[in-house]
Amino acid sequence: MPTLPDRNGHYGEFGGRYVAETLMPALHELDQAYNRLRKDADFKRDVRDHLREYAGRETPLYFARRLTDRLGGAKIYLKREDLCHTGAHKINNTVGQGLLAKRMGKPRIIAETGAGQHGVATATVTALLGMQCEVFMGSEDVRRQSLNVFRMKLLGADVHAVDSGSSTLKDAVNEALRDWVTNVATTYYLVGSTMGPHPYPRIVRDFQSVIGIESKRQIRKHEGRLPDYLVACIGGGSNAMGLFYPFIQEPGVEMVGVEAAGDGIASGRHAASISGGMVGVLHGKKTYVLQDELGQVQQAHSISAGLDYPAVGPEHAHLHATGRAKYEAVSDAEAMEALQLLTATEGIIPALESAHAIAYVQKLAPTLHADQIILVNLSGRGDKDMNTVADYLGVTL
Amino acid sequence: MPQNRIKKCFDGLRKRGEVALVPFITAGDPDLDTTRGLLDALCRGGADMIEVGVPFSDPTADGPAIQRSSARALDKGVSLPKILEMISSLRRKSDVPIVLFGYYNPIFHYGVERFANDARDAGVDGLLVVDLPPEEARELYDPAHDAGLEMIFLLAPTSDVSRVRAVMKLAGGFVYFVSMTGVTGSKKIETAVVEKLVSGLRENCRLPIGVGFGITTPEEVTQVAKFADAVVVGSAIVRLIEENSNAADLEERLEAFVRELKNATRSAGPARA
Repeated sequence: MPTLPDRNGHYGEFGGRYVAETLMPALHELDQAYNRLRKDADFKRDVRDHLREYAGRETPLYFARRLTDRLGGAKIYLKREDLCHTGAHKINNTVGQGLLAKRMGKPRIIAETGAGQHGVATATVTALLGMQCEVFMGSEDVRRQSLNVFRMKLLGADVHAVDSGSSTLKDAVNEALRDWVTNVATTYYLVGSTMGPHPYPRIVRDFQSVIGIESKRQIRKHEGRLPDYLVACIGGGSNAMGLFYPFIQEPGVEMVGVEAAGDGIASGRHAASISGGMVGVLHGKKTYVLQDELGQVQQAHSISAGLDYPAVGPEHAHLHATGRAKYEAVSDAEAMEALQLLTATEGIIPALESAHAIAYVQKLAPTLHADQIILVNLSGRGDKDMNTVADYLGVTL
Repeated sequence: MPQNRIKKCFDGLRKRGEVALVPFITAGDPDLDTTRGLLDALCRGGADMIEVGVPFSDPTADGPAIQRSSARALDKGVSLPKILEMISSLRRKSDVPIVLFGYYNPIFHYGVERFANDARDAGVDGLLVVDLPPEEARELYDPAHDAGLEMIFLLAPTSDVSRVRAVMKLAGGFVYFVSMTGVTGSKKIETAVVEKLVSGLRENCRLPIGVGFGITTPEEVTQVAKFADAVVVGSAIVRLIEENSNAADLEERLEAFVRELKNATRSAGPARA
């Protein structure tokens, strides 16, 4: 299997660089800088040291005994990305790209954020590295996620509320792209998931691959072999890509990405770009996109703000098209039930995003034998979702 | 195959010693029936060529004026088939070259081959797809070329020689030079800077050069017409339509503004040979 992406950033028919000409030189510059630095021993050491000493890696691979017993089937292991600094896997990418931007001599960082997790992880790293940070966030999300807005501001970032379009994540990305095209000489756009034009999907995947690399080593230590299944939730797809990538060449390992089905695929109110979208072009890449019959992009719907994006990373689109990975979808209600199950059996409150992966495990595990292994990425912790969960359960805080 | 209207337009202008005025208008803002009338007004005002904006839900290269205008048009249910139908009825009365200006997804979704043929049949002359740099353009270029449509590409202040060469491999019609790093209508053009960049471009560019983004007044049109082959005015026209959308004399106001802009191209003196 050839290494992907190809020279122009394509994963089969997906990916690429669908951007205005003004940005093409910046993407070339980024590609060149990244290709140089990813082989640079000093840079690699810098990233590794920050991940260990600052972000708190490596994260444990934890055998979830009570969840396994409850579901009565395959053994379930949790990759504990929820224990990273700032509470999710997002920091792996922002540390990497923050150090990359610093080496490229770009003093100003911009980022998009939906729920605010990537914004917080970006503002955290810019505070650490002493860089200027501006975050674009849909005004609807600013209202819903006021705590994360406050965290970003406390960390020194300027937060711009975006009022255009649907005032959510996709519009925040639009506005970040508009800022970048305007300030391209001084500005590094720190993309938060395996999306955007090449080389971003590749860079984010590479920085998140630490999840899969550690998992491989850890599961071998625990079980003396690789797992039968990998399971991870998919919004843009960075935590899943980080877990899957080091296993792509291991044919015995099945990979399942879990999209957000919201109110159900049939309802039309969902965020499942692969299960319920069509191939299209959005935000610099060709991939599966939620769109109407005229090619206008539609709003995504999920109770989990981190999955609420109407497209998916191009490498996932490719893994789907080639059949190497499977993509399933889980509803708001199923995710909410899974969140409560994991909390009750293991004393771990997952992020609503990660609860989608757990919800799929809930269906999968009982169909497997006791000697089979599922490794699921617990991509973030649930503290940020307590208001949403309380609302859903009808509890007034 | 009949000679493409874009080339014919530039040939005619060159003979007359004139620079092209290219107004931009969003199809379907405030609604398609109004746009039909506005296209006539642009022609009466002296437009040499017209860029017809195809609205997209996520116009990442556009500033607030064209974003709002696209949103209004989409709310009214504008679509590519309706826009093509509008252009074919314009074709019954006018030979003004038409360039569709938009984003790739609606075209990709329509199907590139069907789109190229339908656009040609409707009387479209050129396609400018903002988020389709030459590296990604092949998929549309081949059917467009076969259908006799010109693919028009952007160049920007950030474009070095290697970018100019990459673009020139596929570029047809004219080259659209984006006068600044930014989105449409966001900043004022700095004509002295742009003049240098455009004259630097000539060496590697065999096509006429149009300049756009940030040109809003007749004075700016005159300045740009001194060194460009075409001057594109977009956001200023879109704003005029926005501010006068309920006025009974919207068409007359637009026609008068375009006439003023066209006259401004002439006060630059004779165009470069």
